[in-house]
Amino acid sequence: MADPLLRLIDISKSYPGVRALSRVGLTVNRGEVLALIGENGAGKSTLMKILGGVVKPDQGAIEIEGAAHDSLTVSESLSCGIAFVHQELNLFDNLDVGANVLIGREPLSAGPLKLVDRKTTKRIVAPLLKRLDVDFEVDDLVSDLSLAQRQLLEIAKALSLNARVVIMDEPTSSLTSTETDRLMRVIGELKADGVSIIFITHRLNEVETCADRVVVLRDGSVVGELAREQIHRDAMIRLMIGRDLKSLYIPPKSPPGANVLEVAGLRTVSHPAHATSLSLRAGEILGMAGLIGAGRTELARALFGIDPILGGEIRLNGAPVAIRSAKDAIALGIYLAPEDRKRSGLVLEDSVSENISLPDLLSFARYFLVDSGAERKNAERQRQSLNIKTADVETVVRTLSGGNQQKVVLAKWLSMKPKVMIFDEPTRGIDVGSKSEIYSLMRGLADAGVAILMISSDMEEVIGVSDRIVVMQEGAISGTLNRDQFSEENVMRLAVARGAEQSAA
Amino acid sequence: MLKKDLGLFLLIVVVGAVVAFLNPRFISPINLENTANLVGLFGLFSIGEGFVIITGGIDLSIGSQFALFGVVFVDLLVNYHLPWILAVLIIIGFGVILGWVHGFLVTRMNLQPFVVTLCGLLIYRGVARWYTDDGTAGFEFGQSFPALEWITTGRTYGIPHTFVIFLIVAAIMGVLLHRSVFGRYLFAIGKNEEAARFSGIATKKIIVAAYVICGALAGVSSIFLTMYTRSISPASHGNFFELYGIAAAVLGGCSLRGGEGSILGIVLGAILLQVLQNLVNLLGIPSSLNFAVMGTVILIGVLADQQLVRLRQGRADRVKESLRAAAPAAR
Repeated sequence: MADPLLRLIDISKSYPGVRALSRVGLTVNRGEVLALIGENGAGKSTLMKILGGVVKPDQGAIEIEGAAHDSLTVSESLSCGIAFVHQELNLFDNLDVGANVLIGREPLSAGPLKLVDRKTTKRIVAPLLKRLDVDFEVDDLVSDLSLAQRQLLEIAKALSLNARVVIMDEPTSSLTSTETDRLMRVIGELKADGVSIIFITHRLNEVETCADRVVVLRDGSVVGELAREQIHRDAMIRLMIGRDLKSLYIPPKSPPGANVLEVAGLRTVSHPAHATSLSLRAGEILGMAGLIGAGRTELARALFGIDPILGGEIRLNGAPVAIRSAKDAIALGIYLAPEDRKRSGLVLEDSVSENISLPDLLSFARYFLVDSGAERKNAERQRQSLNIKTADVETVVRTLSGGNQQKVVLAKWLSMKPKVMIFDEPTRGIDVGSKSEIYSLMRGLADAGVAILMISSDMEEVIGVSDRIVVMQEGAISGTLNRDQFSEENVMRLAVARGAEQSAA
Repeated sequence: MLKKDLGLFLLIVVVGAVVAFLNPRFISPINLENTANLVGLFGLFSIGEGFVIITGGIDLSIGSQFALFGVVFVDLLVNYHLPWILAVLIIIGFGVILGWVHGFLVTRMNLQPFVVTLCGLLIYRGVARWYTDDGTAGFEFGQSFPALEWITTGRTYGIPHTFVIFLIVAAIMGVLLHRSVFGRYLFAIGKNEEAARFSGIATKKIIVAAYVICGALAGVSSIFLTMYTRSISPASHGNFFELYGIAAAVLGGCSLRGGEGSILGIVLGAILLQVLQNLVNLLGIPSSLNFAVMGTVILIGVLADQQLVRLRQGRADRVKESLRAAAPAAR
């Protein structure tokens, strides 16, 4: 078994302000299924990007069949037989299966005319599809394939490159249980053919099913390795958590009040079959944890009127409300600081002052003409109270740092009267100083009676800042934790899926 | 924005000075009056085109609308003997409706503005030709509408009323675009529609309103044009005029990506276009080269602007870089 095909030695990688990987070592043997697990942001994706040649490591070496490299380029990685099945599939929807498999390597005919030789394409691709036992043909259009079929197509593409290592980044996250079963079977067959698989997943039962070995990453380091007979759910969770958490908690001034926002049986576009119910009290910060793709952002978007609500009810202070657009939500006093602040939260080319007044512009206007004096005065007030670091409020938002941009997003809402404030990843990409400022702002809002829902993938933040935590898993709330139950282990337990059969239900 | 407008203004002055030097007839009162009249005629609908372009859209159907509105307007006056005020209101209403339809198709049916208005271009032209059996529509001999003619083709102290009304409309639209809540929303949508929606702005309604403004101004322009030409051959009337509008808007600093532009810029763009036309005539350049001259100047203008923006951007980035280097590391 111990027949190393590939070794990563002492790989480190830092991004500004973050150490993504520190001295990671990883060995992949021939014909084994290696599962790579860890929390959001543990460094799994960065490590695989290094292997795929997309990211250059700061130090360390990559050894493939004894040949050492400092780093790989994408084409080196490909020629070494490393193939990547991406989380976001890299396929051309508008082309057929054969064209996708052989993209950039099309067999040609007709000499100088360089026409694509369809017959040869079929001759090359058909056996690959047969080997994977798929239910689609070489000349089917990719746009007609299901997600699972596309995943298999990506694998066929990998095989056509004579891949010896196939990296699968959460391949089952959007598959049904039968589709997952088939993928597991394909993995088994590839393994029997001597192909190695690196399998990244959050679904621990799949790891139990198919992995020969598990490597656990945490905060950019390898924290443990489990051999086949040691692979158990509890053992894996124990290794994934156990980080030293700094205390960020600022206790509330007074106990939480009545329920402000109640969500009953709400279904959103991400998981139409699963319903979410939760309640949010005045003066509390409710943390919402969960793995990426659990449907938290979609819930926020639905509450804020961006995505349609497929079913269920939203009650504000006990009365049912209809939210069909962001305008409705804002009129009710429900505000959102969105996940992607550059795309959804700010008009980057506009000034600080113009951004702040945008949602409430009518109140800065007389006879529909904007009173830029009043606008500036309000912006100036917000700049001082939120400590936004900018030369003046006429500065274009694009030039501000991430933390200050986020404060501008908050300033948009704080000059109005929030009842419910939803923060989606409030401190992503923000420096430490601004982070703690934003936490104390949130606490200040809660103490003023605002109900706060904080979606976060940062364990430290969820545990450190929240008064209560709800955990979301595949579109439904899998549990609620009170402060005395807060632990990384409890959150993780609720966040990881018990099984694919559950998602197919 | 101001810098851009100033540059354009200087360009007009320089071009004007050179033409005046080469051919003093350029600054003769009669030539200036005629040019002002054309600036007014073409400027009116350029402003409407500008509103649509700021949303990130485009209207290709304006020229065909002129043919359609023109034949209907003449018909209303000549055959139905409607009071001219009523006819004018009907035409403007017609423009509003077409603008609303364009906006509806763009925002609710998610069609691309280019496609919607390209179809408009074909449809309106075709309907206009069918309306008159491809014949020329014109006023009957001796028919006259003194008040309407005074408003549309008259002059006061030599200043053509088209130009005066153009300036009045420009002033109103300038306030609407640059001072009003609506204008602010329009720019926000043009720059980042998603962020505008996340700020609770009814983005679809605002976009529809831009198309409605464009249609209404096309209606107004069509009346001036009709009274200027007094006869309309629907196969050619207003052909390519939408391109003048787009050209004026682009020259005036509107980006076809949306979110940028100013009324002053569009006014200056419309003036520059007419000065260029005039230049071709006065300098004895074959008039067949008319479009080629226009195209070349727009190309050079946009290219120069792009380079200036890049220079400025580069400088700003370097300043930011050095600030970041100077500040102590966050961690």
